[in-house]
Amino acid sequence: MSSFLDRVFGRVKLGGWLAVAAPLIAVVFAVLITSAVLLAAGKAPVEAFTTLADYGTQPRTMALILNTSIGYYISALAVAIGFRMNLFNIGVDGQYRLAAVVAAGLGGAAVLPGVLNIILVVVCAMVVGALWAAIAGVLKVRRGVSEVISTIMLNAIATGIGSWLVSNYFGVLTGNDLGTRPIPDDAHVPGIPLIAGTSQLVNGFLVLAVVLGIAYWVVLNRTRFGFDLRATGKSESAAVASGISVKKMVVATMIMSGAVAGLSGMPELLGQSYKYSNNFPTGLGFTGIAIALLGRNNPVGMAIGALLWGFLDSSSDALQLLDISKEIVSIMQGVIVLSVIVAYELVHRYRVVAEQRRVSRQLAAPSEPEGAAA
Amino acid sequence: MRSIAVLMTGAVLAAATACGGVHSPGATVQGDHPRALRIGLAYDIGGRGDKSFNDAAADGLDDARRSLGLLQVQEVAAQPGEPESAKVNRLRLMAQAGYSPIIAVGYAYSDAVKEVAPKFPGTKFAIVDDSVASGPNVTNLLFAEEQGSFLVGAAAAMKSKTGDIGFVGGVESPLIKKFEAGYTQGVKYVNPRAKIEIAYLTKPPDLTGFDNAPKAQDAAQKMFAAGADVVYQAAGASGAGVFKAAKSAKGWAIGVDSDQARTADPSVRGLILTSMVKRVDVAVYDYIANLMDGTVKSGRAVYDLKLGGVDYSTTGGHIDDIQPRLEQLKQEIIIGKIRVSAG
Repeated sequence: MSSFLDRVFGRVKLGGWLAVAAPLIAVVFAVLITSAVLLAAGKAPVEAFTTLADYGTQPRTMALILNTSIGYYISALAVAIGFRMNLFNIGVDGQYRLAAVVAAGLGGAAVLPGVLNIILVVVCAMVVGALWAAIAGVLKVRRGVSEVISTIMLNAIATGIGSWLVSNYFGVLTGNDLGTRPIPDDAHVPGIPLIAGTSQLVNGFLVLAVVLGIAYWVVLNRTRFGFDLRATGKSESAAVASGISVKKMVVATMIMSGAVAGLSGMPELLGQSYKYSNNFPTGLGFTGIAIALLGRNNPVGMAIGALLWGFLDSSSDALQLLDISKEIVSIMQGVIVLSVIVAYELVHRYRVVAEQRRVSRQLAAPSEPEGAAA
Repeated sequence: MRSIAVLMTGAVLAAATACGGVHSPGATVQGDHPRALRIGLAYDIGGRGDKSFNDAAADGLDDARRSLGLLQVQEVAAQPGEPESAKVNRLRLMAQAGYSPIIAVGYAYSDAVKEVAPKFPGTKFAIVDDSVASGPNVTNLLFAEEQGSFLVGAAAAMKSKTGDIGFVGGVESPLIKKFEAGYTQGVKYVNPRAKIEIAYLTKPPDLTGFDNAPKAQDAAQKMFAAGADVVYQAAGASGAGVFKAAKSAKGWAIGVDSDQARTADPSVRGLILTSMVKRVDVAVYDYIANLMDGTVKSGRAVYDLKLGGVDYSTTGGHIDDIQPRLEQLKQEIIIGKIRVSAG
């Protein structure tokens, strides 16, 4: 019998039409509940959904949605790596922000020219994210500290260290805004003119996001490390019995998760803002958790989740122009995550019940002739 | 492909326009008539209803709507933690929808205005509290915070019995430094031997100093304990802590931005000596009015004592005795006899 967590994290697979039914039910749920909220607020749901559809299909909006989703997706991958072995890395948020501060400071100093500077910044972000996450991993294996608690605390500490670094070492003032020195033009990652009909370029980190998604799947499903990781996630005692060092796996997984987390701030840093200031996006790590849940840790599922999230975020302004409060976006996002969890759970239960019926029918079937003979 | 994009954009804009007039029925006047002005306001996080900075801008907009008979106004607020691209897109969306002017509230929009304004040369932009974004169609709405702070500093020195005066700043940013600079000059002008204690709660980019009342209370308590009897706060929502400290020390506090003897918690209103009011509403109203007259200029517009952009408040009557002297100082600043440096 599978546990609820196994089902939430997608470790139990649904086959056939059930795999399609669950997300469909979730979408229907989400639309119904959002409509109810809109009606309660005195707005016409049809009008709101039409605007969303119109707005979301403009070429420029599509490019913007892609750009927002890239960071979300990388962050979700970081979270999913931990999830797959029952590690709750709530600290992706602190890991990417600290990584971005240090990498922005280093990139702004322009130690190396051009592409070398890009590589330096990216590697630096991965190393900082990995080291920061490793603290939680080591605390867990050495002292038995729950990674949920330690990563939440490390998030707060990362905020403090970040502002200390910017105000004392990296900060330059432009007008009233304090931020790191901008990364020079030669080290900007160029955009891709991917979507026809708009001058809005798609962030070059799209390529990295796709590569990471494929690597995530290959490492988890086709390597010894991935097997060990999944085995540890499913049953620690079984993993120990088959010679896996669980402690090593915890630290290694946190390091990997942190390194990927460090990357999630890079699309913004090297492709959009080129500096870390008060305007640098926050909360990417928490969005990543929601998307990992939404995509059930599946690389394609999370990509769809990230796009959906990016779409909803970008629609906030379009809705406000219709006099619909922007909070409706947060409500929709919350409702979608809940709907997905509820819908999958319903479908799983349906499957279990259907299975039981089938088995009992099969068991009952051969006994019938005997009964008839008696 | 491009033409399809234009058509689709048009469809959304038509939908947006149709609803843009919800605030004001009869939004059918079109053409060059000034009342056809379609104003877009982009708030920082919090938006209308934050009882602070954004609300002050909203007040100016409401005044303009009432007395200038504006018809079409659209307000859009930021999401917490949003990326830079969201701000750029917000301004762009409004510009595309035909809003002009577009007023960006707060320096967080600096880079966004810098990026969007050149792409819409026919659209007017205004940005509050930022002097960096510039262009032929950009007006920077700035305030002479140092002049208003000079006057409340002078009031503090006139009222102080101990000659010991405090200042609590929320975040040690260049903006708040202007308040400190003016205040210090005002105190020293009246009493050159006065002792001034200065404390900042956080350094940027840590902006929590604007929202940490207990920390502000602690800082102010130390000043009162050390002999200060008037403390000026330029600390946003943290200011409530300074008021509490003043209450328990039976000292005076000075408010900031709005007339806090009217807006603060009722239990502390009685000990707010005066407030340095920063009239974001005046600037927003003035900008819209000038635009309708056709007299608006691009570049820096500094709202000082002369333009009523900054001032001191008299609610409570605590400074009635010194008001003639303060008015005298105010006039001297306006005619340039006293020069207040911004830092």
